[in-house]
Amino acid sequence: MTDITSTPEARPVSLLAPDERTRKRNAAERRFRIYGMIALGIGLLALVVLLTSIVRNGSGAFFQTYITLDVALPADKLDKQGNRNREEMAKVSTFGYAPLIKDAMAAKLVEAGISIDGLDDAEDLISKDAAAQLRDFVLARPEVVGETLEFNFLASGRIDGYYKGRVTMASAARDSNVSPEQLRLADALKGNGALRTRFNSSFITAPDASENRPEASGLGVAILGSLYMMLIVLALALPIGVAASIYLEEFAPTNWFTDVIEVNISNLAAVPSIVFGILGLAIFINFAGLPQSAPIVGGLVLTLMTLPTIIIATRASLKAVPPSIREAALGVGASKMQTVLHHVLPLAAPGILTGTIIGLAQALGETAPLLLIGMVAFVRDYPGAPPDGFFDPASALPVQIYNWTQRADPAFVERASGAIIALLAFLLVMNAIAIILRRRFERRW
Amino acid sequence: MPVFWLVLIVLAIAGAGFFLGRSRALASAGGDSRRLHSLPKYYGLNVFLTVITPAFGLLALWLLFQPLVVENRVSSLLSESAIADTTTRDLVMSDVRRVADGIGLAIKAGLLDEGEAAELIGDGALRDRLGKVGIALGSDIAPEVLVAAERLRALNASASILLAVVVLAAAAGGFAVSYIVTDKDFRARNTVERGVLIVLVAAASIAILTTLGIVLSMLFETRNFFAAYPWTDFFFGTKWAPDFRGNSELAILPLLWGTLYISFIALFFAVPTGLFAAIYLSEYAGPKTRAVAKPAIEILAGIPTIVYGLFALITVGPLLRDYFAMPLGLGQSSSSVMTAGLVMGIMLIPFVSSLSDDIINAVPQTLRDGSYALGATQSETIRQVVLPAALPGIVGAVLLAASRAIGETMIVVLGAGAAAAQFNRGLGELVNPFEAMTTITVKIVSQLTGDTDFASPETLVAFALGLSLFAITLCLNVLALWTVRRYREQYE
Repeated sequence: MTDITSTPEARPVSLLAPDERTRKRNAAERRFRIYGMIALGIGLLALVVLLTSIVRNGSGAFFQTYITLDVALPADKLDKQGNRNREEMAKVSTFGYAPLIKDAMAAKLVEAGISIDGLDDAEDLISKDAAAQLRDFVLARPEVVGETLEFNFLASGRIDGYYKGRVTMASAARDSNVSPEQLRLADALKGNGALRTRFNSSFITAPDASENRPEASGLGVAILGSLYMMLIVLALALPIGVAASIYLEEFAPTNWFTDVIEVNISNLAAVPSIVFGILGLAIFINFAGLPQSAPIVGGLVLTLMTLPTIIIATRASLKAVPPSIREAALGVGASKMQTVLHHVLPLAAPGILTGTIIGLAQALGETAPLLLIGMVAFVRDYPGAPPDGFFDPASALPVQIYNWTQRADPAFVERASGAIIALLAFLLVMNAIAIILRRRFERRW
Repeated sequence: MPVFWLVLIVLAIAGAGFFLGRSRALASAGGDSRRLHSLPKYYGLNVFLTVITPAFGLLALWLLFQPLVVENRVSSLLSESAIADTTTRDLVMSDVRRVADGIGLAIKAGLLDEGEAAELIGDGALRDRLGKVGIALGSDIAPEVLVAAERLRALNASASILLAVVVLAAAAGGFAVSYIVTDKDFRARNTVERGVLIVLVAAASIAILTTLGIVLSMLFETRNFFAAYPWTDFFFGTKWAPDFRGNSELAILPLLWGTLYISFIALFFAVPTGLFAAIYLSEYAGPKTRAVAKPAIEILAGIPTIVYGLFALITVGPLLRDYFAMPLGLGQSSSSVMTAGLVMGIMLIPFVSSLSDDIINAVPQTLRDGSYALGATQSETIRQVVLPAALPGIVGAVLLAASRAIGETMIVVLGAGAAAAQFNRGLGELVNPFEAMTTITVKIVSQLTGDTDFASPETLVAFALGLSLFAITLCLNVLALWTVRRYREQYE
């Protein structure tokens, strides 16, 4: 198209038969179009690969291997005084309960007629957490002492891994934590019906567990911590963000002060999240003396991070309300403040809510700043009820994921991926609500 | 009195004030609201706001400064001799605080009587009792620490009584003043609206306060760092080798190299992909494709970075190691510059594409129509008309993406490794994309998590790194925002 004048004789004789240069230009056109499709394809492919990788690795975390045993709870060992006093019974530690499980396992083997050569430590098939669970159960219901009850115990991480393909006979031979004989016993128990894989609800509700008990670890504390932080963010960021946007959009005069605020907000939206973590550590923890690992500090830091998102969304929806609404309100004698609060704000509310939910979703997935304010700590106790619970140590979903990736046992990779599925499910729900709100209430003028 | 109850009482006074103010205004108008200057509720609101604003303001300020003042006074009780050579004043003060907490808890639990603590000292009895309420102390309590702890408790107790008195007095005062001025001619609406406006301005100022907080907190600690470690070594040294026993070498250059290298790879991958995807979506794709593909790409933007980090750790890293790095003999590590760069590139695709999409859509249709009229094909129009017109905006988008890449943390923490680039090993290792390398953000995380001692340069260096990171991203952001804004104005 550039050198038409230089070669007039090369122009096509027929409109139906394209000449050399037209062909080249058409080919370039096709190529360009294909580049675009490839780029789009790469993006979509990345999304698909990312999601499948996470789902494939993580879906196992929601299913766990359990072993059913009949455990006798002898009164002479668990309650020596025989008066079912909880405080006296609490003196029997988990070491007092471990032999009961061992005996139950041995009884099971005899009953089922399983004998495997070279098998030692049959009770190691059961999670080390089982004794603690048994103790908690007995202390909660002292009247069961003396009876023989059926329990579903978690199988140990290696046995669970055997049924998920992580552990094989060959790898077990090299592993000090599990032996091929134990795997054969597990197979025998499975044939017997005592060992089953089923849905693991404790993955959602249980607290984190220590390094060598991946099977018992769960997301309970992390989900509660994240929930607390989201409550704090919602309670602080929404009113402050809306107030700031109303000022900037409806009242602010054009002067240097407004400019400074505007520049600050757009810059804060792009400041690396880790910097907010440093701010939280220096101001909220070191200066103000708030406790480490507490949801209150995490909530405050995430509030500061979420504010720019909410402000930008709120301003956009305030801007979308047509000026005629304001003029009509002013015309019938409303003050400026009444116009905004009674007419503009309600009309902008769906947009504000959508923006807030998206901001919350962002805050829910944020990890880096929380690492710096001590949320990586190992927390096994559930935080108390609010408002005191805001000051108790807790974890957070994304930080729990990070924590699990740092542990040696490969079972924790499955846990981390499973936790990501949970995190993504929460995000999906929040975004779906945002989309529904927008569809349902959005108005176009 | 707990703060929670104090807040409730103030709110109760304010709530009562609302109704009293409202009825007083109505009474002054003889029950005829038309003779009032403002609607009746504004008189109530005026009382309400005048009660809570000074009371809560005082409460917030008091809670902020009470620990500082009290600890200062207690700290002055501790003589220099009480602080052994092995500890610092801060550590002794934290002991004092814990002993004070412990005594409080023990008295609450009935293990200790008020004033009994002093008699128990010496034979470890006090320590045992504090241990029972969950306060474990390393050594037995020195008499001076106990005196300071008792003093701390006394001061805190009297401070909280004083706080309650002051806050309630402020609330009562606010109530009295606003109740007295309430009258049918009082311009209540104007007063209330002025108050609301002040609240709005205060909310907007939080953005400034946040920036100020970021800069000041980092500046303060960075100054401490440079007092312990020469700034020339930090900026111009070539080795990163922290050692918590001292003699660390803490230079930013190796970290900066890792940061920039990883960001470069990410942008090298994300910018063409994102840009072409945006061009395809805005110029070629039909409404149906667009309706599906655009949200799908934007899902990538909504995925938290920890997810990308795990993706790098368990999928991309091993893949690159097994199929590229090992066969090519370039390295054995699954965490590498390439892993982090590639995954970060995926994260940035939607960022680049949605910004570019907006910008390309903002190019006026008339420019395209003019080009078509001259016989240009669609791709010629895009390359020679649309893109040059959109260039400043696209540059702005790329700068924003670069700022995001430099400040990204979780992907590099999980995907790039922890070893800093080593300049003395030669250029080959430095530019090998399959070598593990670390970044500024990774080191901020590793220096500030776990047990940190805020007196050692190894911890404080994180603040200097943070400030450098903030400065770099600030420059990029301001430049990018300025370009994008100028571009937008051009076509508006």
